Amino acid sequence: MDDLLSEFLTETAESLETIDTELVRFESQPNDKATLNNIFRLVHTIKGTCGFLALPRLEAVAHAGETLLGKFRDGALEVTPAAVTLVLESIDQIKALLEHLEAEGSEPEGEDSELIGRLELAAEGGLTGGSKPVETPQVTVISELDVDDEEDEVEDSIPEGIDPERWDAALGRELRPGEVSLAELEAAFNSVEGPEDIMPPAAAAASAVAKPAVSDVAAPMEKTSLSNQSIRVNVEVLEDLMTMVSELVLTRNQLMQMVRALEDSEFKAPLQRLSNITAELQEGVMKTRMQPIGSAWKKLPRIVRDTNQDLGKKIDLVMEGEATELDRQVLELIKDPLTHMIRNSCDHGIEKPADRVAAGKPENGTIHLRAYHEGGHIIIEVSDDGAGLNTDRIREKAVEKGVVDAAEAQVMTEAQIHRMIFAPGFSTAASITNISGRGVGMDVVKTNIELIGGAIDLRAKRGEGTTFLIKIPLTLAIISALIVGVGEERFALPQLSVVELVRTGSDREHRVELISDTQVLRLRDRLLPLVALSDILSTGEPSGEPVVDDDGNAFVVVMQVGDTRFGLVVDEVFDTEEIVVKPLARALSGLAQYSGATILGDGAVILILDPNGVAREVAGMDSAAQAAARAEAEAHSARDAKISLLLFRAGGADPMACPLSLVTRLEELNASDFERSSAGTVVQYRGRLMPLVHAAGNHMLATEGKQPILVFNQGDTVIGVAVDEILDIVHEEMKIELTDMTPGILGTAVLKGKATQVVDVAHHLSSASGDWASTIQSKPGHAKKRRVLLVEKHPFFRNMLSPLLQAAGYEVVEAQSDDDAVELLNSDMEFDAVLADVDTSNVGPNRLAEAIEANSKVMNAARFGLSARNDADPTPLGMSLPKSDRQGLLMALEHALKTRGDAA
Amino acid sequence: MSSTEYVTFNIGGQTFGTSVLEVHDVFKAVSITPVPMARPEIAGVLNLRGRIVTAIDARARLGLQRKTGIRKNAMAIGVERNGESFGLIIDSVGEVMRLEDADLEQNPVNLDPVWASVSKGVHKLGDKLLIAMDIDRMLRLDSGDDLAAA
Repeated sequence: MDDLLSEFLTETAESLETIDTELVRFESQPNDKATLNNIFRLVHTIKGTCGFLALPRLEAVAHAGETLLGKFRDGALEVTPAAVTLVLESIDQIKALLEHLEAEGSEPEGEDSELIGRLELAAEGGLTGGSKPVETPQVTVISELDVDDEEDEVEDSIPEGIDPERWDAALGRELRPGEVSLAELEAAFNSVEGPEDIMPPAAAAASAVAKPAVSDVAAPMEKTSLSNQSIRVNVEVLEDLMTMVSELVLTRNQLMQMVRALEDSEFKAPLQRLSNITAELQEGVMKTRMQPIGSAWKKLPRIVRDTNQDLGKKIDLVMEGEATELDRQVLELIKDPLTHMIRNSCDHGIEKPADRVAAGKPENGTIHLRAYHEGGHIIIEVSDDGAGLNTDRIREKAVEKGVVDAAEAQVMTEAQIHRMIFAPGFSTAASITNISGRGVGMDVVKTNIELIGGAIDLRAKRGEGTTFLIKIPLTLAIISALIVGVGEERFALPQLSVVELVRTGSDREHRVELISDTQVLRLRDRLLPLVALSDILSTGEPSGEPVVDDDGNAFVVVMQVGDTRFGLVVDEVFDTEEIVVKPLARALSGLAQYSGATILGDGAVILILDPNGVAREVAGMDSAAQAAARAEAEAHSARDAKISLLLFRAGGADPMACPLSLVTRLEELNASDFERSSAGTVVQYRGRLMPLVHAAGNHMLATEGKQPILVFNQGDTVIGVAVDEILDIVHEEMKIELTDMTPGILGTAVLKGKATQVVDVAHHLSSASGDWASTIQSKPGHAKKRRVLLVEKHPFFRNMLSPLLQAAGYEVVEAQSDDDAVELLNSDMEFDAVLADVDTSNVGPNRLAEAIEANSKVMNAARFGLSARNDADPTPLGMSLPKSDRQGLLMALEHALKTRGDAA
Repeated sequence: MSSTEYVTFNIGGQTFGTSVLEVHDVFKAVSITPVPMARPEIAGVLNLRGRIVTAIDARARLGLQRKTGIRKNAMAIGVERNGESFGLIIDSVGEVMRLEDADLEQNPVNLDPVWASVSKGVHKLGDKLLIAMDIDRMLRLDSGDDLAAA
């Protein structure tokens, strides 16, 4: 492609980006002459250059667009959204043509008479209709007309609206005040700011270009004088410069090392000077790669504007910190994620104006885009004042898509749930819109950001909006890295992912411990899975050996990658160095473990480990790492989903289990003390008679020797359940996988890797003692059985609490969801108390409280929240009780009902 | 009659040659950094005057027994492909000779397929045979992965 043409393409692409932004601003401030002039001049330049390069098709479109803009400028037409859309459409067409031009080197076949016709008509419409604004429907009608003008006709029609004196027949277009001569046109041509523009002042000037009231003729001249201070440089030249400076730095380092070894060298002083100059040179060259982030934001106003049009929303985009500079390579890489996020905010974040008004918010939504430096990183904040995230829906969706299982989802915190929108294949968009929700969602954004060593997080508040925080490194070219050694080799670990270094040892503060066969590091109350770098890279002996030797001495690099934290065991830790990242050959790029290579001061090449790749390896290793990571994750997120279970054997080899919290005491009693009566077996226990049953049938009761007994205590009554052998106490999450019809058995769960029958304690309680349930019931003042509504999604807790309540003499009505519960509450049924799980959602308690208040029959019911945690906050349902404390639960319930009864 | 100037080199006792135009330089690699997990043909990466060069073990590539100690001291032919630098580790480098293209004979049909795939043909020299190596193919690995091309 010839140089002139390629330069034209670069120029024009930049101009077009500016036009997008300017037009959107123009639309909102139609009286801003300066903006209009700016747009006009840019379109005009494009048109003029097209004529110069003999690109008739481009020229025709630009010309028609310019004509319409001219009308705006002359005040002959009023600026309307529809008209601006039309201009934007012509800009899009120009872009499409340019793309083809870039790819093929020539204009595509065909013509744009339809678009030109519409532009033309819009311009004419303004003329015939005087100053009447062009309204949206009007344009729609115009677009339906079949306009088949040839180009020359279009041009012929122009003079109608144009001062004939400005019509230049030779050029085939009219002269505008901004256009004076070809020489000046060229000057303007050479002066447009480019993405490689280096000097911050020039960049600032470019972004501020619309602010001064630029007068017509002076505009190009002023611009020229300003931009003469910067020149256009090919990116490749800069890249080469960067490479050479990097090598210079390395050579300097080598020299320094050599001279340092010499006692008294005459090279010292000059070398010091060389060193300083090199450092400055490096800094200077680094600067040339920096660009203001604003250039990545240019597209965004247009996107927001289009969304406003398409979805009928009103969204303002506020951008702050456009001048924040970062490496152009990084800049390129965050463009797409940013665009996607803005689209998301527009589409899902900000509500429709009517909804906003209903929610008591201003009609116009605002998206705030902020960029600022923070300790070697750039932070980009994208926040909207929209609806926030719908935690329940995300949870449902996550379960539905199999991102997490239901039980896990129940106990996750809100923030954890919110972060699931970054999970692959996750998209909450209920409907697929034109804007976003095409299935590629935030996971792509996250991946792209992590690819450049960045991180993303979010904060969301229901009804108040969502804020995304992106942290990205300033540059990818030079990073700070920790040099570690494994065997004879050294590797560089990006400092960004290194949290800390820990030296372990049996006689040290941090010890390596074993969980089954896998090693973990206990670090300040967190368990850290340990993996050896040599295992990940398969450099050492084949694995199977413990990561850390017997005396537990090891260097552990604690790494944090996304949500994963793990300890990487290395043989040696050297120092941190600023390293120049060089890409690996494509033959090696398939290896996810490495992100590149670098040359150290001593000339050695070392590989740079990619923390993401390493973390993936860690996750993939079916070993210590995984087990401990899971343990760690569970300990953190689902600490309370686990319960202590007593494992025992009764009437068979298979283990059985019951929740330890239900068991009052474990005893071993002499079988000879058992007394048999017609009602069953009893034993004297602590001065009272205790009925005895055997978990596997009463015939199994021992007749001699010791008999292990689980003692259950309820109210004033005790009961003993005999078992063959008490095996163990496990702390595990219990998921009943198979329900069982056998009386006395709730179902089967997998505990410690074995299928275990879970005993229904309530069954034994009632079977052992006929009057068991009546113990409480027969208390004075409680003639009528009281009815309790138990709202609990989790089957295990339902199965645990329901028998407990029944055993305590309540009639229990179970509801599996908030919806069911509300339905029950609205029915004719009366309830004396409502117990509802409050961990699952924040909305549930509200709805239930409302439903309770709304129905006079249940208005007086006692209410409690149930939580798996011991320290749950009160909810609209009042006090939250821990699910595991059954005694406290029953007492609280009893007390509340009594108080209520007294009051009633 | 056209002729080609060959750089000759020895791999496992066999003489190979490739056009001088293909060869960027011939250098002694003193320190090759291995790349764990990489395919066996890749000996590692090395620093050649500030550039990072991917070293290909020609013996491994040709299915010959690998030589030990190449990491510390090896002869390599530097070639550039698509902006990337490669170093082909060979046993030793020989003289440069000009040979007539017309004298190039086709690969013997019974030549080992791996060898045949990287050979353009065979030149008969006085006391030995010279295999005209196709460097492009040499940098292309079995699985169809191309070392050099994207």
